[in-house]
Parts: sequence; structure tokens; C-alpha cells
Amino acid sequence: MSAEQEKRDYLDVTGGWLLKLRDWIDARFPMTKFWNEQVAQYYAPKNFNFWYFFGSIALLILVNQILTGIFLAMNYQPSATGAFASVEYIMRDVDWGWLLRYMHSVGASMFFIVVYLHMFRGVMYGSYKKPRELLWIFGMLIYLALMAEAFMGYLLPWGQMSYWGATVIISLFGAIPWVGPGLEQWIRGDFAVSGVTLNRFFALHVVAVPLILLGLVVFHLIALHEVGSNNPDGVEIKKHKGPDGIPLDGIPFHPYYTIKDICGVIIFIAVFAAIIFFSPGLHGLFLEPANFIPADTVRAPADIHPLWYFGPYYAILRSIPNKGLGALALLLAIAILFVLPWIDRNPVKSIRYRGPLYRWLLFVFVLTFIVLGYIGMQAATPFWAEIGQRLSELYFLFFVVSWLYSKPRSTLYMGISFTIVMVIITVLDIVTYVPSIATVKIYSWAMPFFYCALFMLLPGFFAKLIEPKPVPQRVTFK
Amino acid sequence: MKAIICAILLAVLPAVAVAQDEGVKMQSVNVDLSNTASLQRGAKFFVNYCMGCHSARYVRYNSVARDLGLTDTQLEYYLIFTAAKTTDTMVSSMPPADAEKWFGIVPPDLSLESRSRGADWIYTYLKSFYVDPSSKTGVNNTVYPKVSMPDVLWELQGTQKAVFSTVKNPDGSSYQVFDHFEPLTPGRLSPQQFDKLDRDLTSYLVYMGDPVMLKSRSLGLRVIGFLIIFFIIAYLLKREIWKKVH
Repeated sequence: MSAEQEKRDYLDVTGGWLLKLRDWIDARFPMTKFWNEQVAQYYAPKNFNFWYFFGSIALLILVNQILTGIFLAMNYQPSATGAFASVEYIMRDVDWGWLLRYMHSVGASMFFIVVYLHMFRGVMYGSYKKPRELLWIFGMLIYLALMAEAFMGYLLPWGQMSYWGATVIISLFGAIPWVGPGLEQWIRGDFAVSGVTLNRFFALHVVAVPLILLGLVVFHLIALHEVGSNNPDGVEIKKHKGPDGIPLDGIPFHPYYTIKDICGVIIFIAVFAAIIFFSPGLHGLFLEPANFIPADTVRAPADIHPLWYFGPYYAILRSIPNKGLGALALLLAIAILFVLPWIDRNPVKSIRYRGPLYRWLLFVFVLTFIVLGYIGMQAATPFWAEIGQRLSELYFLFFVVSWLYSKPRSTLYMGISFTIVMVIITVLDIVTYVPSIATVKIYSWAMPFFYCALFMLLPGFFAKLIEPKPVPQRVTFK
Repeated sequence: MKAIICAILLAVLPAVAVAQDEGVKMQSVNVDLSNTASLQRGAKFFVNYCMGCHSARYVRYNSVARDLGLTDTQLEYYLIFTAAKTTDTMVSSMPPADAEKWFGIVPPDLSLESRSRGADWIYTYLKSFYVDPSSKTGVNNTVYPKVSMPDVLWELQGTQKAVFSTVKNPDGSSYQVFDHFEPLTPGRLSPQQFDKLDRDLTSYLVYMGDPVMLKSRSLGLRVIGFLIIFFIIAYLLKREIWKKVH
């Protein structure tokens, strides 16, 4: 008996009507074909590890945000006079409204945690490299749309931080030469953030950006299924196919990864639930105390900062005293991620085979990003601004070093690169010299110096530190 | 390496707590929301001492009764002193315009005070009024200097004066830092009794800030319990299916 016949017999227990329904649909719509191509016969590498859970979890949160969002929108009033009260109405008077609201607000933060882990995975295993450049760019566009979505959603509760956070961020557009002030007013629809802004942000938050997000997610998945998944070894499983044309190291996504992802998803939901039910504000990190005060258009809170997931970029923005240049640095910090596939051109994908120093490079980058995020949440003091400036330098230096590591470089090449970078940084320090912060500036100069010495000078003399290890032909799987 | 990065990402992100206010140190109140009697007393103190001026306009009387185990009769007898219906929200009968004339500011709504200020802040604030003749109300507050609110609990707590110590800057100038309180006249309650009242009132405000916290914890435990069982089954299934992969 053929496998197909066996499957038909198995499905036949319902007396055949389910099978007939399937055939009826398949004659009119490629249901089974689609399922097979995208899931049951989509071959993924068999060596996925912990880091590969976050793609499907991100999709789960997207669904969570849309579903809870629909029910929230049924009870929310997008007006300057009604917004704050309607959120409290949802929290107190709507049946299970509190759960919907907390699932949505905690979900927003969890979305960013998961997306950051997902992006980190991509960087760690070189998943943005050929032939996955477009996959990475679609992913970055999703990240961008997500930031817009989160930013506009944060205005809707109409609390103090909603209002003043939006005021500060929208004012950044005013820093653009010539068109800036007009653009700023065009975005707000008013001379200051007002009910008009709230209404348009509501429309964009619930209709426009979600549509864009969904479209981009589809593009991201189409690109993924076209080129196939990367894996922790960074080797192409499609290079080694069996006589049946199936990659030797590939296993069908369903049932192998569907069941594995279900396990990961359950753990994730448990963490998610723990936050929702025990500490939905997470000590002011997911819901800020100042946002429980209704927006006061006259009196700003003592310290305005965005929610944690924008912290690193906010720290970069604030590290430069000039608003226009700060906004430019912020823009660059995000834009540079888009072109990462063309910065890091090292043919070895995975961190496993890129030599010991690359691990430390990535580790310091992650640390830089986290500490920048911390600084972004602190009140702006000259000390933190200075440390923020140094860490912003390290943030961008990661990309310089990534580019340097693209191919073997001579000692002279690395030495000259080191000198150029340190001269630029020192000249910048001298140009922006302010006596009041001189001590911190002089001491903190050691940060880029040691960074460059470690990641540029050292491998200049000891090339072995960044020499790739031999990459196996097939994936490693225990 | 992986473990380090993992640990840092998962541990540091939530631990990046919001920095504390500088200045006066807050006293820890340790609110226990499972103590219904304390919440009931807090509700009584709230309507008696706070609601003359402050509203809790997002909180409904009957939801307080439901959450704190009171009947409608008890609710109307103990908590409603106005013409309000049990289904109304807790709005003060003081007209805002008058309040502004008398205090220079409309007393803030207290529904969410515990969420914007925190429990420790409220607890410390309520016991930190001191006699200050230079102020219009005759009192000042170390937690909230130049506060417009009069000390409504003075009859219970008694009056106290604040003792400041002088701190010298390196450049020779100096400034005053709050050191401790000294009692002036005793109140109707002993300091221990007053602390208990303060804790009851603070607990009630914490409850009002997020009423669902009364039940969400037990619900959360059941949700997580279910997920653990679900995980065990899913994991066994995963192991079974993955047996074929080598």
C-alpha cells in the first residue's frame, strides 16, 4: 500500500466526508499544496538550537497584539478628553479588560525582547549573509515598522509620559534642515501634540502600521522559504542533497519544528503569564509610573524618556549636545543595521568558526547596547551623557571592526586603521571640549582606546585571533 | 559564552530598575493585599479623611464592596455619605472650582496614586507632615516640600516638628538636610496605632491602583500550573517524534 493510500485510509475514519472536503477544496484552492510546500515539506536544518525559537514566538506575539488590540479598540476612546478614562474603564469595568490590556502592554515589551534576541541570533550565525541579504532587510523593515507601531501605541493611554515622550520624539523631525518645522507640524496636525495627534496615531496604530507589518512578515517568510533557513553552523544544507532531492541535513518543518516550537512557546507563555499576573508594570519598566498621571499639556514630568526598548537609541541621541547631529546619529545607528550584509563580508557565517576574538567583539557589542539602553532610561546628567557618547562610539566601532574582519588584513593595515580611528575620536574630543566635563572625558578616552587596541591592534599582530576555523561540510548535530 | 550572553540578556533587561528619587528616604510599608480587614479599614479611612477633597473617579463603590467582601447595605452605611448610588464612582463632593480657590490647586484624583507614586511614598508622605508657621496651612511635608495639602490626620497623629541638620559644601556654603522628627503634641492614637492606620490607608490606595491584583496572582498560579502540565506532555511528544532524527 502506498503512503498516500495509507494516509487516505487514516483520514477516512470520518466516513470519507473530511477527505472529500479536502479534495473539493484542493480542486479549487491549493490548500494541501501550500501546506506541503511551506510546512510539511519545507526542510529546515536539523541542528536548530535555543536561539531558533524566537522567530515563531515573534509571530505568536504579533497575533497576540492584533487579537487583544481588536478587543481593546472596542472599548477605547481616541480623544484627548476620553482616552485616559477609557483605559481605566477597560482596566476596571470591562470584563477581563485588565487581562486584554496587560497582555497588550506586556506583549509590546515582550515583542521587542523577542525581536532583539531574534536579531542577535541572526548576527551571531551570520544569517544576513549571501543569499539571505533581502531576508535580513525585510526583517529590519519589520523592526522599523514595529518601532513606529510601538511609538504611536504609547501615545494612546494619554498619560504624562505618552504625551511628553511623543512631544520629544516628534520634535526630532524638526531638526531636519529646511522642511523640519513644517514636517513636525504636519505629523502632529497641530502646533503641539493634541487630540488631533492622538486621533491620527490611533488610526495609524490600529490600521495602517499593522497592515504594513503583516505584509512585511509575509515577505520575510517568503524570502526565508525561498533561500531556506540558516543554522548555528552557518553551512548550506542545500549543498548536500539525497537522491530524492531532499537536503541530507534537513527535516520537515512539520512535525519536527512545529512540536519543538510548541515546547518553546509554552515556556515563553509561562514567562509572559508570570509578568502579566504578578508584575505587569515590571517595576516601572513595562508601564512607567508617570504614565498613570493623565497628560498635562502644561507641566512636563521631571524626566522624559521613552520606554526601555528605545533606550539605546535615545542614549545615542542624547549623547550629542546638538539636536540635529544627535538625530542624525540616531538615524545612522538604525540605518547601519540595514547594510550589515555589506559591511561584514567575511565568508564564514557562524560565530562558531570565526575565531576567538569575534566572540568577544559581539559580546562587547551586546553589552554596549544594553548599557546604552540603561543610560537611555536615566536622567540626563553630564556624566551619563559622556559615558553615552563613548558607548555610542563603541556601537559604531563594532561595524568598523566587522568590516575590517571581512578578510585577512596585514599588520600595517590594522595599525593604520587603528591610528585613523583614534585620531578621529581624539579630534572630536578636542573640538567638543568643555572644561566642566574634562576629567570624565580624559578618563573615558580609554574606552575607545582599549576597544580599538583589543579588536584592531591585537589581531594586527596576532592574526590567529581572527583566523576562521575550518567550517564543516555538514551540520554538527549531537 | 552562549550562557553568559543568555544570562546577561535575560537577567539585566528586567533588572534595569528605575532610579529612586533623591532626598528623603522612603519607609517600607510592606502592603499585604490578602488582608481584607486592613483593606476594609483603609476604605473607611479613605472615605472619612481623604474623600472630603480627593476623588477616586475611576473606582466604583460597588466594585470596592465586591472586592472587599461588603454587602450593599454595609456599603451604603459605612462608605457612602453622599447621595451617590452604589454603582457610582467615588467622586468627592467638593466642587473643583472651590478647591482651587481654597488650596490653589485641585486636589489630585487618587485612583492611581499608588501606581504613579508607589506605596512607600504614600506611607511615608502621610506621616511626614510637620509644623511650619511659614506655610499657609501651618504645616509642611518633608516628602513633598511646600505641599498645598493640610495635615488632615493631625488629630490622630498629633503634631511634630522637623529637625534639620546643616551640611557644608566644600566652597563654604551650606544647605539643610532633614534629620528626624520630634513630637510636639500627642494625638488621639499612639505612634504604633497611627502607623497601622497609615498602612491600612496605603494598602487601600494600592488596591485601588490595580484592583485586579487581588485575584490575578491566584489566577496566574493556575495558568502557570496548566502550562507546566502542558509542557510535560508537549515535551514527551517532542522526544517521541525526534527519536527518528540522527
